[in-house]
Amino acid sequence: MSGGTYYVPATSRWPILGSVALGIMMFGIGMQLVYDASSIIMLVGLVGILSVMGFWFRDVVRESRGGLYDTQMDRSFRWGMGWFIFSEAMFFAAFFGALFYIRTFAVPWLGGEGEKGISALLWPDFVPQWPLMNPPDEAVVGPRGIFSPWQLPLVNTLILVTSSITLTVAHEALKEGHRKICRNWLTGTVLLGLCFILIQGLEYYEAYAHYGITLEAGIFGATFFILTGFHGVHVIVGTIILTVMLVRVHQGHFAKENHFAFEAASWYWHFVDVVWIGLFIFVYVI
Amino acid sequence: MAPKLPPTYPLEHSATTAAGSQAPTHHAPPRGLLRWLLTTNHKEIGSLYLIFSLIMFFIGGIFALVIRAELFQPGLQLVNPEFFNQMTTMHGLIMVFAAVMPAFTGLANWMIPLQIGAPDMALPRLNNFSFWLLPVAFTLLLSTLFMPGGGPNFGWTFYAPLSTTYAPPSTTFFILALHIAGISSILGAINIIATILNMRAPGMRMMDMPLFVWTWLITAFLLIAVMPVLAGVITMMLMDINFGTSFFSAAGGGDPVLFQHLFWFFGHPEVYIMILPAFGIVSVIIPTFARKPLFGYPSMVYATASIALLSFMVWAHHMFVVGLPLAAELFFMYSTMLIAVPTGVKIFNWITTLFRGSISFESPMLFSLAFVVLFTIGGFSGLMLAISPADFQYHDTYFVVAHFHYVLVPGAVFAIMAAVYYWLPKWTGHYPNERLAQWHFWLSVIGVNLTFFPMHFSGLAGMPRRIPDYALQFADFNMLSSLGAFLFGFSQLLFVLGVVLCVRGGKKAPAQAWEGAWDLEWTVPSPAPLHTFETPPVFKRPTP
Repeated sequence: MSGGTYYVPATSRWPILGSVALGIMMFGIGMQLVYDASSIIMLVGLVGILSVMGFWFRDVVRESRGGLYDTQMDRSFRWGMGWFIFSEAMFFAAFFGALFYIRTFAVPWLGGEGEKGISALLWPDFVPQWPLMNPPDEAVVGPRGIFSPWQLPLVNTLILVTSSITLTVAHEALKEGHRKICRNWLTGTVLLGLCFILIQGLEYYEAYAHYGITLEAGIFGATFFILTGFHGVHVIVGTIILTVMLVRVHQGHFAKENHFAFEAASWYWHFVDVVWIGLFIFVYVI
Repeated sequence: MAPKLPPTYPLEHSATTAAGSQAPTHHAPPRGLLRWLLTTNHKEIGSLYLIFSLIMFFIGGIFALVIRAELFQPGLQLVNPEFFNQMTTMHGLIMVFAAVMPAFTGLANWMIPLQIGAPDMALPRLNNFSFWLLPVAFTLLLSTLFMPGGGPNFGWTFYAPLSTTYAPPSTTFFILALHIAGISSILGAINIIATILNMRAPGMRMMDMPLFVWTWLITAFLLIAVMPVLAGVITMMLMDINFGTSFFSAAGGGDPVLFQHLFWFFGHPEVYIMILPAFGIVSVIIPTFARKPLFGYPSMVYATASIALLSFMVWAHHMFVVGLPLAAELFFMYSTMLIAVPTGVKIFNWITTLFRGSISFESPMLFSLAFVVLFTIGGFSGLMLAISPADFQYHDTYFVVAHFHYVLVPGAVFAIMAAVYYWLPKWTGHYPNERLAQWHFWLSVIGVNLTFFPMHFSGLAGMPRRIPDYALQFADFNMLSSLGAFLFGFSQLLFVLGVVLCVRGGKKAPAQAWEGAWDLEWTVPSPAPLHTFETPPVFKRPTP
């Protein structure tokens, strides 16, 4: 409920600039994909978006540190971040749903299972299996092999779970006012995030170089890369956010009882961690 | 080392801060164009949304008239089939994403803070961002019409492989434009949900909120739940088109039907996104002009929530003929029919609200009453379509076109017009010209029914949708539809005229512009000043 001092910012130039920058970036991506144009337009847009985000967050940080935000504003940010993470969850749900549908229905039906069995007439010799190493049509070359989940993926799982724990320790330390402890554990979290990204890059290299798991390698490659790819992007974004938090802790930002930016970053990181657990189970293990 | 801590969380505004230059909320807004580009005010952003939506309504309408002009007579007269397909596609996309949805968001921007006694939206800068993404998105989308190979030509549902393997090159731009529009919707919905949950005046419980606020709360939830799924599915399309993946190609082990499942998991809640706020508007207007409180307020809230939840489990009723297993046909048939129950609750509650009311028939009420009657027709044809074996006959015929236009035009669009006539006095300080509004109403009602009612018959007789030519036996019905469409289209110029005249002048409206209107927005002056409820009002529960 309202306390009567809700801060309504005056005009801001960042939203309109951000919109235009996003438009330029999307246009640039389209030009590059469709007409093989150079990536310069896209990069201009990207730099624009990143700058706008920087300035926009700078304003918010200044307002917050200036004491313009009351507890009601704090709740607005909490609802905002919470629902944003829910929207992210639904984004990943679409890809997980696609994976489940493919594995449970589409591939077995291609092999003749099910009462309809019509699609089985297309490629009568197709034998369904998962991971799909033998795409129905000869034009699509399947993967030559797949990873063992118990090597790099397991290492990455341990890294991410550990990073969630180190982040929680850092957060607890911040709440207790032990800023140095907070800084050290947060540094550890960022390093673990970087390790994850590095190992994921290594895995992608192996996928392409040794296993023939590529975007073009049929539905296994497609689901593998869209799920791990978007997760990887989220880890990169999360690592950047945590790095910003680290800088802010270093600069003396955040009070014991008022540090929602840190909390939101931590929510985001835990969410990315949970998505990975789902990935590890359904993409790698099962 | 001891880091310097920031000042601890004072509650009062401070002008001596780092952000001091931005602190005062009252300095005069910048003049001219910049004011609209940079604004963080919910009323100005609401107006921007509404104006944008009106422009897009006419652009989408012109596309519709191209379709109806071509279909006036059998044979190919005006446009080639390729362009006709682009028109059906663009008409749908523009009307859904650029006309109806932004209109409701504009109404939400204007009215939710006023109805719950909030000073503004919860996140005002984000609000501005949500709006300005839309012109960017739809400029990009409309520009595809001028690209080599033409614009999207696969229908607004963009089924794979029509939209992947056989699509024009501009499809990639279409996908990117839809991504921007999706970001706008998600951010807008997050803002609305945070506003409703966090910004209500002291004393206003959830069950005290006007129905428009309730329906928007639930709509915002739907938006946040399904727009990301749309983003996911168009991303898969983008990958299939540009990076050689096989999501929707059986040759690589994928499945084009997967596209339909994902699309309709978004698409069915999407159609409720376009109708739930309309329910809210009608639930606010009917009690006002019947001069009675809404009958069954709690059941209205629960019915809205039930419709929203059910909307997640009915998506495959759009796919009855795609080759679903029998169990799926049955499940989706029955779950779809279940939606008739909460929807019926709503219809009966509106009728019961009217019962023994002291009714007057101003233009907002006329549009609302037409909504109840004509939406019910669309609801019933929906029930017919829900019957899976019958749908094998109706599928992809003009019967489907008649059905969804009955729920969207005299449904969603009429509700938006009712809302505009209802709240114009609050926005401008003047009543709209009632005579003009009544002309607009009656011409619209006649036009809408003349356009869409014959489509039921041409559809049941077997006329397929999305074709530029048809067999001779459908000629009469199509000629009627085309006449009606032009009548409806040109009647909307009266709407624009009415709004423009109302902005420029007219009979002065008092704070409480309508006799039977009791929500919080009627306690602030008409026109509403730029800033309202900066000190939250004390909410008093109206005593019946």
